[in-house]
Amino acid sequence: MALDEETVRERVAAFLAGHDPAGDRLEFLRARFDAGLAWVHFPEGLGGLGAPRELQNVVEREFTGTPQINHGLQTIGLGMAAPTILAFGTDEQRGRFLRPLWTGEEIWCQLFSEPGAGSDLATLATRAVRDGEEWIVDGQKVWTSGAHHSRWGILVARTDPDVPKHRGLTYFVCDMHAPGVEVRPLRQITGEAEFNEVFLTGVRLGDDLRLGEVGDGWRVAQTTLMNERVAIGGGPVRRGGGMIGLVADTWRARPELRTHDLHGRLLRLWVEAEVTRLAGSRLREQLAAGQPGPEGSGMKLSFASLNQALSGLDVEMRGEEGLAYDDWTFRRSDAVDFFGRGPGYRYLRAKGNSIEGGTSEILRNIVAERVLGLPSEPRVDKDVPWKELPR
Amino acid sequence: MTLLYTEIEEDLRASVRDLLADRCGPGVVLRRVESATPYDAELWKTLAQEIGVAGLLVPEEHGGAGASARETAVVLEELGRAVAPLPFLTSSVLAVSALLGSGDGLLGALAAGEATAALVVPFAVSPYRFAETATVRDGVLSGQVRAVAGADVADVLLVPAGGGLYAVDAADATVEVVPSLDLTRPIATVTLSSAPGRRIEGADGGDVRRALLTGAGLLASEQLGVAEWCLNTTLAYIKERHQFARPVGSFQAIKHRMADLWLDVVRARAAARNAAHLLAGATGPAVGGDERDGQDERDGRDGQDGRDTELAVAVAKSWCSEVALRVAEESVQLHGGIGMTWEHPVHLYLKRAKAGEIALGTPGVHRDAVAVLADLPGPVA
Repeated sequence: MALDEETVRERVAAFLAGHDPAGDRLEFLRARFDAGLAWVHFPEGLGGLGAPRELQNVVEREFTGTPQINHGLQTIGLGMAAPTILAFGTDEQRGRFLRPLWTGEEIWCQLFSEPGAGSDLATLATRAVRDGEEWIVDGQKVWTSGAHHSRWGILVARTDPDVPKHRGLTYFVCDMHAPGVEVRPLRQITGEAEFNEVFLTGVRLGDDLRLGEVGDGWRVAQTTLMNERVAIGGGPVRRGGGMIGLVADTWRARPELRTHDLHGRLLRLWVEAEVTRLAGSRLREQLAAGQPGPEGSGMKLSFASLNQALSGLDVEMRGEEGLAYDDWTFRRSDAVDFFGRGPGYRYLRAKGNSIEGGTSEILRNIVAERVLGLPSEPRVDKDVPWKELPR
Repeated sequence: MTLLYTEIEEDLRASVRDLLADRCGPGVVLRRVESATPYDAELWKTLAQEIGVAGLLVPEEHGGAGASARETAVVLEELGRAVAPLPFLTSSVLAVSALLGSGDGLLGALAAGEATAALVVPFAVSPYRFAETATVRDGVLSGQVRAVAGADVADVLLVPAGGGLYAVDAADATVEVVPSLDLTRPIATVTLSSAPGRRIEGADGGDVRRALLTGAGLLASEQLGVAEWCLNTTLAYIKERHQFARPVGSFQAIKHRMADLWLDVVRARAAARNAAHLLAGATGPAVGGDERDGQDERDGRDGQDGRDTELAVAVAKSWCSEVALRVAEESVQLHGGIGMTWEHPVHLYLKRAKAGEIALGTPGVHRDAVAVLADLPGPVA
């Protein structure tokens, strides 16, 4: 059956006729998932209808004003865990995890980075040793956003130290409630603790929590990371939207803050925000026309530098007001509340944009090597067993 | 489809590119610019008449192809990529645009490639602050205009004067070519000493301003072509050139610069396409609203009085000018010593890029326009 816009619209209408948006929120969301109207491009039975991805826009529009999922709290679940589970999970895993993930009943986090493995993620040292039908995991993860309220984590661990670093990794779903999982808040530059250190000590995970083959963890992780960069580099779709809109609004409302120097810089950034937005639109057009382009790798890079420049200008522009900070109280945030906080918070938080989800340096390497075809730097660790690498 | 290229546009690109590859390679251009006649009249004839690019912007009823700014922009990308010394921008874009509203008979000759025209304004003029530099009295024109592009090969000079537009036979004016920074696009001083002119019925200063805006918006596509050539040529060079027993392009310091330049060019393409799309007369911005679901979340300024088009032009010209220049400058640097030589063609691109930065409004002039169009006013005092 060919699913077109009209059919999807009818499906939504039929669904809304049978479910009261004013009723129980969770029941409504669960039913929406079961009706295949969560992610329409996912397969039937897994929250979707196997429809073209762009029909999701139609669905979202039709569901305006009804109970919504919490994107902020579930960024990692929706943006990274779900596509990875869909691509590599067994039928049991997909059936078990996707529904409560989408409804927000179960929050997810990402157990990738370690104190000794950030940009060079494949050197990670967290060990998983097989014990019958279980794995025993020991190690330490870091920069884990939302670990404190997560039910599950996507975890990459080393299962074979005797082979080169990329080959000895395996991907798991970590039960964050399992004994031996300890989450400690990591207070950050903004004063709050949006992320954590996670200590894994003798954590037992069933083999049914393994995602993909033993030793194939790097390939599975690539799927997660590519989705992560797409999610981060999404950017505004409306002219003058996002961070530039916020700064421009302040500029318009506060003529007393204006100087010639600030004006010149604001105009440059307005133009850069606009051309970046247009490039994002062009990329989406390319994707919709079935011409996947390499431009996507650059979008996160642009987003990071723009966000940093604009948030810095915002603080400077406010003069003495920019010397104040809204609130240094230590708190464990549920999600990044970028626009809900003050300019100082935005300035500090934006510093993470060029680090999280692949540093700008790593992304430039990716563009240079995979898009422009430039040779890689000489690799000294390529054929060396992981256990013999200096760390 | 809005910011992508159509099949027709890609076909047109292929024809232009093939012809230029055959007859307008870097060595040919280099030899030409050193001769007395940088413009290649034969090549222009083939391009104008056989491929039919001269009449792209001219409606069919006036003997043109009835195409739009979108196709015109694609031709400009290719001409920029070849730094082709041809009067396409000056005659087929600027002069034709100034005549379009009048439907003057000259359009037919220009579309057919039988005549070439130049709009007599300084090439550095701001589209937002155009002022006449010639006077007219009883159909006789006087004045001197410096740095006019395309005048040296024009049969007809279109002179804005007395609030109108006059056609002057080039033979009745003095056109003095001066050494120009951009070897591939000579500039000239045009002197009119009581030159007889024919008033173009139905054309006024508004047509001139619109032509300058169109020229500025489409020049962005030429600049995109310049930037692309520089990026690709540099890329090929740094993959070949070895130092310290490795290709220069394998050093991270170089790779990161190339990645940044690539990203600038990707955004230049989107900006140039957006300007061309809106100049083609598309109603409403290509992607100005909330494109996710067609909900109109645009503010009240959009879609009124061509302001979307003006904003798209200002964004494209300011961004693409700077990108073309940055890529050309980096290209010279990354070629090392060879980039400083006369025999390597990269200097032609640097010169075109630097001159293009000034032409039809500097980036700063266009950002000043953004300040007005996007409601970002400067300090009061």
